[in-house]
Amino acid sequence: MTTVSCPECAADITLDEGTEVNEIIVCPDCGVDLEVTALDPATVEMAPMEEEDWGE
Amino acid sequence: MRPRLKIGVLYSRVRVEEKWIFAAMEKQGIDYERLDDRKIHFDLDNPTPWCTFDVVLERSISYNSGLYALRILNAFGVPTVNTAAVAEVCGDKLTTSAILSQAGVPQPRNVVAFTPEAALDAIEAFGYPVVLKPVVGSWGRLLAKVNDRDAAEAVLEHKSTLGSVQHSVFYIQEFIKKPGRDIRAIVVGDRVLTAIYRKSEHWITNTARSGEGEICPITPEIETLCLKAASAVGGGLLAVDLVEHPDKGLVVNEINHTMEFHSAQPVSGVNIADEIVNYVVNVASSGSKCFNRL
Repeated sequence: MTTVSCPECAADITLDEGTEVNEIIVCPDCGVDLEVTALDPATVEMAPMEEEDWGE
Repeated sequence: MRPRLKIGVLYSRVRVEEKWIFAAMEKQGIDYERLDDRKIHFDLDNPTPWCTFDVVLERSISYNSGLYALRILNAFGVPTVNTAAVAEVCGDKLTTSAILSQAGVPQPRNVVAFTPEAALDAIEAFGYPVVLKPVVGSWGRLLAKVNDRDAAEAVLEHKSTLGSVQHSVFYIQEFIKKPGRDIRAIVVGDRVLTAIYRKSEHWITNTARSGEGEICPITPEIETLCLKAASAVGGGLLAVDLVEHPDKGLVVNEINHTMEFHSAQPVSGVNIADEIVNYVVNVASSGSKCFNRL
């Protein structure tokens, strides 16, 4: 089981099996978007929520 | 014997769609490389590194990053899905409208102005309510339903003062009293693969704004309309968004060239990621025209 600490609220977050680098996860405590930046060891960084030309 | 195909996937974030696409590629044993658009660079005098790819699938979240990458890759002769030409049309709502109009594809009524004063005149002539949309943008962001002149003046002033240069293009669309839903159809090449209703109590029914999905039968009308719209913008892998207009019937509201399908895949039960990968492999198999092909 891999856990990381939320850089916003310090909550412990358990990464799901199959989590990938660059995947966006949501902190279950404070709700911020976090980007998984590495898996071994696991690290996360704050991810920008939205930028002007983002979309599909 | 033909050498093994190599596919690049340009992406910004690994959303669930990218996870499904990567998984589909791995399941098929495809040689692919993940290309993070925040980390790559292009040397325009040296296309060689990019010529190793038989095709690049563009899945950038940033329209600008994706579009410029596609332009460069296509200039190098590297096939892409979709092409830069398709991205140019689909990424700009006004350009999409112009192309659909030229092709005779039914769509909402749109008017365009380039100053707040001209936009206000156009809105007054149009009649209320209207919807103001940024020409570039997605996920239902910054859409404004304008119900009267007071609101029009306020929104136009805000757009002029706060907006980027693109917000000085005032794209004004009729407000459609749709039945609490719109339709997202997934087009893969010359096929309408599947379609879902996106339902919401809110007038914006985008699933990125919490709209819910429900399977939508592909009627002959939907199929014909979607294929005509897809062909008009250049074809490829596209999500065609339709609205049921109370007077005009089905109209094409927009077309997305880096479609999200986090609702469409589970709701429809169709493995859209697999179909995307199959399409990309077919494009790769048609051969690179890279001028510096190794």
